[in-house]
Amino acid sequence: MSSNNNIALSIDNLSKQYRLGQVGTGTISHDLNRWWHKVRGKDDPYLKVGEANDRTKKGGSDYVWALKDINLDIRQGDTVGIIGRNGAGKSTLLKILSKVTKPTTGNIKLNGRIASLLEVGTGFHPEMTGRENIYLNGAILGMTKKEISRKFDEILDFSGVERYVDTPVKRYSSGMYVRLAFAVAAHLESEILIVDEVLAVGDAEFQKKCLGKMGDVARGEGRTVLFVSHNLPSIKQLCKSSVYLKNGTLQMQGDTESVLMRYKNDTRLIHSSANAPLENGYFLIRQIDITPKDDKYEIDIDDDFVISLTFDCKIANKSLALSINIFNDEDIHMFEAFVPFANESNSEVKSYTVKISIPGYMLNSGEYFGSILFGEDQTMVVMDLDRVIRFNVEENYIGTGKFLRRMPGIVRPNISYVVE
Amino acid sequence: MMAYHEQNSDKQWTEVIEPSTSLLNINLKEVWRYRDLLFLLVHRDFVTFFKQTILGPIWFFVSPIFTTIIFTFVFGNIAKISTDGVPQVAFYLCGVTLWNYFSSALTATSSVFKNNAAMLGKVYFPRLIMPLSIVVSNLMQFAIQFGLFILVVIYYVFKGTIEPNWWILATPFLIALMVAYSLGLGMIFSSLTTKYKDLSMLLTFGVTLYMYATPVIFPVSVMPENLRPLVELNPLTAIFECFKYGYLGAGHISWGMLAYSTVVIVITLIIGTLVFNKVEKGFMDTV
Repeated sequence: MSSNNNIALSIDNLSKQYRLGQVGTGTISHDLNRWWHKVRGKDDPYLKVGEANDRTKKGGSDYVWALKDINLDIRQGDTVGIIGRNGAGKSTLLKILSKVTKPTTGNIKLNGRIASLLEVGTGFHPEMTGRENIYLNGAILGMTKKEISRKFDEILDFSGVERYVDTPVKRYSSGMYVRLAFAVAAHLESEILIVDEVLAVGDAEFQKKCLGKMGDVARGEGRTVLFVSHNLPSIKQLCKSSVYLKNGTLQMQGDTESVLMRYKNDTRLIHSSANAPLENGYFLIRQIDITPKDDKYEIDIDDDFVISLTFDCKIANKSLALSINIFNDEDIHMFEAFVPFANESNSEVKSYTVKISIPGYMLNSGEYFGSILFGEDQTMVVMDLDRVIRFNVEENYIGTGKFLRRMPGIVRPNISYVVE
Repeated sequence: MMAYHEQNSDKQWTEVIEPSTSLLNINLKEVWRYRDLLFLLVHRDFVTFFKQTILGPIWFFVSPIFTTIIFTFVFGNIAKISTDGVPQVAFYLCGVTLWNYFSSALTATSSVFKNNAAMLGKVYFPRLIMPLSIVVSNLMQFAIQFGLFILVVIYYVFKGTIEPNWWILATPFLIALMVAYSLGLGMIFSSLTTKYKDLSMLLTFGVTLYMYATPVIFPVSVMPENLRPLVELNPLTAIFECFKYGYLGAGHISWGMLAYSTVVIVITLIIGTLVFNKVEKGFMDTV
């Protein structure tokens, strides 16, 4: 084996269970019962209950597995992205790695000092000056005073707030604040670094600097980096390999390109074939598909994309129409696409394919759901498929220099402007 | 690959994160490594306390002075409780200064998890640092208030009404006992309140009641003979009496009582540390 095969971090059968609902009167009795089992040398009775962490379904038990049987080896010097939908267990994994909470079963073995950035500026006190906060924050992150003093100039230089170093940070602009905070974190000396979406801070220039620093940390300094983000483009840019978590289980580990492909496929196909009957007396749904432009796997903000629907029609000589309704993640009805695909004279018993084309620069970045309604004579609903479509629209704003944040608003037109 | 993995698992790991560790697994070496953090947290408390105040450290004098005035009026002049022949102002100021430290350190320590949840949920550092920094920060407030008390003592010494004796040399030891006791009790309460919030209610009025079981406003000598053992069960009694005996020359003290308090306080501190150490590993899930 060559030396670069060294394992920096080995996760073995890791699981984490949470108790749902209120911690209240039931707690003491559960605690006592647990203690009684322990005294008699038996297993914890509540470890056996619990179910996969699927938030959309109401479970029968009070316990839920936020992580279940995770096995993972990460080599020294690798930069690994961790992706998954909200609630997939990413944050729980990070918390366990950061030693903020402990696992329920299993263990993690580490080779080297570990530092985690779940947040920048932890422990910053608004009344204290930049200098005092650099020392305090550095110490909270595990540096000694001597280490901080040695790196002080470097940190200050990286942050670009030299002029304000003796001003209380409450007088800083929010940009200066995060730059100082990130600068301290970026100068941690540790062999393993865990980063949680702290990159989207500061202005475009500083974001580039942060991304660059992250890259340096991984490549130049040979450190191991675990990087969690919702911003898939930055994962693609930074991480060679990635891990995909879903409902608390490890779905896939591999090179970033193929993991992202799998993730995209999972997040945008028919998601509730179990809940809604996809067949009735009128129609049988064969396939629902979403095709971004050029066979890409992601829908970028400027891309047109196509939703296609293949179904068998079981009746003839009716006036039939379908409408696809798109909702955003706050349940706001974005629009309806109405397609009268057959009338009384031409409808047949046969297979139809309907494709609707959705223009780019219309939906803002985010998650969307689609429902499909089939109707007869535009008055009677004959089939109602609620939320059978799900897709994400992505916009890469980090480090592009165009603007600094997700644009607000539910639509995202590409506004042209003239400066005279 | 597999073989390599197993070979690795034998020795090379520098750290292993596991579900629960044994009760006695306290990493004091790590606490020592983080001593700079302790120092910086104390520094923060001190610096930020006075920021944007006009009177600054003078505020530390306000509370003991006014409490002493009220105690002198209520307990000295209205209730006429004996002070063992010591001038009332010196007697009450002594009790108030000591009690202020104990109650503020205990109250602050016992809510350490709740007050710092945001920070503790994001970064790992040895959790013991947090309560330690609280009792040390409070020590600075105590030092200033104690200075006020010394001034009063000097005034009465010149007037010839009190005579300090060599017991004042025990001061550092007595303070250490008080720090250890508030730390130990505070850690026990902070550990229990993460799960059972009722205890924080209990603590609020418990501390107030506890003051009346401690010789703050009365000397032990005024207690009826049959109730005295009850007051002497309280490990703070020996500390307060010893202080008063040393500085004011009043009260009674025995080596036995002092030894008893020391033992109780050391046991409290050990239990507190063990419980705290046990709870801090999982408190984020329940707090």
